[in-house]
Amino acid sequence: MGKRVLLIEDEPNIVEAVRYLLTREGWAVDTHSNGATALDAVARRRPDVIVLDAMLPGRSGFDILRDLRTAPDTSAIPVLMLTARGQRRDREMAEAAGASRFMTKPFSNSDIVDCLRELGGHDAA
Amino acid sequence: MTLSFNLLLAACLAYSALLFIVAFAAEKRARAGRLGILRSPLVYTLSLSIYCTAWTFYGAVGYAARSGLEFVTIYLGPTLVIVGWWAMLRKLVRIGRAQRITSIADLISSRYGKSTALGVLVTLLAVIGTTPYIALQLQSVTLSFSVFTDGGVGDETSTGLWVAAGLALFTILFGTRNLDVNEHHHGIVTAIAVEAVVKLVAILAVGAFVVWGVAGGPTAVFALIDASPIAQWQMQQGRWVTLLLLAATAFVCLPRMFQVMVVENTDETHLATAAWAFPLYLLAMSLFVVPIAVVGLAVLPAGSNPDLFVLNVPLAFDKEWLAMLVFLGGFSSATSMVIVAAIALSTMVSNNIVMPIWLNARRGDATLSGDVRNVVLRARRLSIAGVLALGYLYYRLSGGGGALAAIGLIAFLGVAQVMPALVGGLFWRGATRNGAAAGLIVGFVIWIYALFLPGIGTGTVMSAQFLADGPFDIGWLRPRALFGIDGLDPLVHATLWSLGLNASVFVVVSLLGFPGPLERLQGSEFVNVFRFSTAHKGRSPTTAEAEDLLMMAQRILGAREAQALFQATAARQGKDGYLPDVTSDFLERLEREMAGSVGAATAHAMLGQIAGSGAVSVADLMRVADESAQMMEHSIQLEAKSEELGRTARQLREANEKLTAISIQKDAFLSQISHELRTPMTSIRAFSEILREAGMDRETRDRYAGIIHDEALRLTRLLDDLLDLSVLENGQINLHETDVELTDVIDRACTAALSDGARLTIRRVVADERLMLHTDADRLTQVFINIIANAAKYCDAPSPELRITVSACGDGINVDFIDNGGGIPMAQHAVIFEKFSRLGQTRIAGAGLGLAICREIVARLGGQISYLPGQGGAAFRVNLPQARFGAHAVASVA
Repeated sequence: MGKRVLLIEDEPNIVEAVRYLLTREGWAVDTHSNGATALDAVARRRPDVIVLDAMLPGRSGFDILRDLRTAPDTSAIPVLMLTARGQRRDREMAEAAGASRFMTKPFSNSDIVDCLRELGGHDAA
Repeated sequence: MTLSFNLLLAACLAYSALLFIVAFAAEKRARAGRLGILRSPLVYTLSLSIYCTAWTFYGAVGYAARSGLEFVTIYLGPTLVIVGWWAMLRKLVRIGRAQRITSIADLISSRYGKSTALGVLVTLLAVIGTTPYIALQLQSVTLSFSVFTDGGVGDETSTGLWVAAGLALFTILFGTRNLDVNEHHHGIVTAIAVEAVVKLVAILAVGAFVVWGVAGGPTAVFALIDASPIAQWQMQQGRWVTLLLLAATAFVCLPRMFQVMVVENTDETHLATAAWAFPLYLLAMSLFVVPIAVVGLAVLPAGSNPDLFVLNVPLAFDKEWLAMLVFLGGFSSATSMVIVAAIALSTMVSNNIVMPIWLNARRGDATLSGDVRNVVLRARRLSIAGVLALGYLYYRLSGGGGALAAIGLIAFLGVAQVMPALVGGLFWRGATRNGAAAGLIVGFVIWIYALFLPGIGTGTVMSAQFLADGPFDIGWLRPRALFGIDGLDPLVHATLWSLGLNASVFVVVSLLGFPGPLERLQGSEFVNVFRFSTAHKGRSPTTAEAEDLLMMAQRILGAREAQALFQATAARQGKDGYLPDVTSDFLERLEREMAGSVGAATAHAMLGQIAGSGAVSVADLMRVADESAQMMEHSIQLEAKSEELGRTARQLREANEKLTAISIQKDAFLSQISHELRTPMTSIRAFSEILREAGMDRETRDRYAGIIHDEALRLTRLLDDLLDLSVLENGQINLHETDVELTDVIDRACTAALSDGARLTIRRVVADERLMLHTDADRLTQVFINIIANAAKYCDAPSPELRITVSACGDGINVDFIDNGGGIPMAQHAVIFEKFSRLGQTRIAGAGLGLAICREIVARLGGQISYLPGQGGAAFRVNLPQARFGAHAVASVA
């Protein structure tokens, strides 16, 4: 059984694309699309890696990341932050909030797969 | 008589010379600053003894011989005042020093607002009341001369003239030597103290001679007294009380007493010594009055003038040297009284009558030209001569007749008229100038009419018939029975009416009136003199130039004193070596210094001419009030200005906030545009990369191609919106206006907005919507779609509902869209129609251009879109103009 990734993203087409790519790589992919309940989803799913969109309905991805990092249970989970705004401020905010990696949309499929492989350890492959 | 007239004259001259030398020496000491004994309480107490004039010296014995113990009142009155009412005297002295009072007229004038009129009134009263008194002294001196000369050598009138001239010379020499700022005459006071000793020694010597030399010891004297008519004396209570009152009042009000007690006072504490020492002096003076009277009655031939017993008893026993001493004692009593009275009166006349007239006559330039000091000094010298001339004239005209004591009492009542105004002024702040003047005039007139004129001898002014029947036979106007009060002693009668009505009128008029501003200032300074000694600021800072003031002050105070004063003030102000600033404090002080030379009213007037504020008048107060009003107005204007500034600042702040908000929105929108572009592109890129890989079933391939297609459309829509908005904003839009029914537009909008399956219930009243519009139906539909889609997206109610209501409003129709959600926060109302605006941070499909586009479209259609607050949920109103639909409305309703 492969490692578990939780994809927190509200754009259905992107969710579908990422799920397809990662499932094919051997990841168990859970998805969640609401920012307000994202922390509950993390607690429920106990993922090995999290892919987090910066702009979510209900709550911003940066806030969610900050809370993940302060809670002892989740502080060690690697997080890949995605943003569509592509501004340098977003990257800085993500790093400050404790993101393990940061990617700007649109990304190439191989980049996100490689990135997830690094974050999850080589055994996932 | 063996004592030659020449010897007497020589003794007299020698004694006078001695006084000159004493006065001169004292003056010299004072000038050198070695005051020493000159400032001792002893000298002060002895100087008070001018109360005992020749009238007391000779007359007391005559009084006792005629009226028994009644004479005691003359000594008892002052004793009661100085012991019993010491506090009042102390207050008087304090005020006198604080305000630089120069005379009793000055005091009254100063207290009642530095009134010139009151000063003149009191001065006149004092002159009229004192003139007979001076005549009395001249008479006593000539009488005593005649005793020695047996009426042989030299005639009485020329003696009187010589005495008057000599006294005038002495007084002028020592009394007007300089214009002392403190009005202290050390020479004269010292001379008076010497004279006080001489007359005490003389009367004690005669007394001792009579008791032990003639009667043979105290026991024998008591036996003689028992046998004499004096023992039969019955006290008349009314007269006794009246005399006591008059003597007490006179002690305070007599110009000469005021002069030595208040004006010449150098130290307030001297009064404490005088309080016990002066009664002792009076006791010593009165101790032997009765024995001398009794012995005189027994020894001298019947019909002898009892007023001359003091002189005649020693002469009858051939004790010529003793008689000589008595003569000198009497001479002392007379001269000291005349000198001090002349100084006091001349001060009053010059300060209260001559100076005001002179100032008036030379209005304007009076303070800047002419030698004021010389004018004052000359006025005083002339006044002294005038006062003595008046006294001499009175003495000649009255023929030297009448009992001495009677004239003395008449004068007492005259000056006593000042008492109500004085006491009222010291203790009652409500006392007014008008009250004082009215009281004084009433008392003065009654005194003249009821006592003075009848008293100077029946037949001289008033006939016996006039006295008996009254003027024109009007009974109640009889001088000695006013208002039908008959049978009283004339003195008691006149005292009762004059002082009673004086005081009543004073109180009533004061109560009815209101003190002027300056009166109030002075009133509070007088009444509360112990509380604040120099507290008030009576004069506002003026444009007076220090140089002008110095010029004037030099001519009044003297160059040295004036310069010293100015230098001291400048040094205090920290301007050593320069002229001082003209502050109100300085003017106050200068005025007070000058008041010491020329009187309060004159000093005030003179400073007023330079400083430009003659008095604190109502006009001044009005001006001050005006200034305050102007300041108030200015302050109101300033307030308005500052409010305006505040408003502008608020507007600026609002504009700035809006700009800041817009700028933040713009940044946010750029992110949003980026996001909206990148999100579809992310899907397109991801799926197109996936499609490039082989090995995928057709179904999946089709689905992924479908996603790419949808996302591509989404991108196109976004670009369309941006272009649309840009076109609308630039006014390049083309409207295709047609006639359309409102309900059709709403139908189309609802269908389009909810086509993607949003669960939003729409409530409409279709009957209200049957209105024909002439508008661009597609654009209007676009607006409605946007609003309905927003409601579908943002309404956060569990079962979202949108109410669409149509109503006519003035010359337009309102189409309201109200949902049942939480509404839009107040803070957002201002920006929701701005382009790029989105609610909240979180992302919802759409770039936030919808409402901005709606606003532009509705504006093009001639209406407006607005947010309706307070409707429960989010509420938008689209207002469309009447001209667009009016013609078809009636038909559609039917």
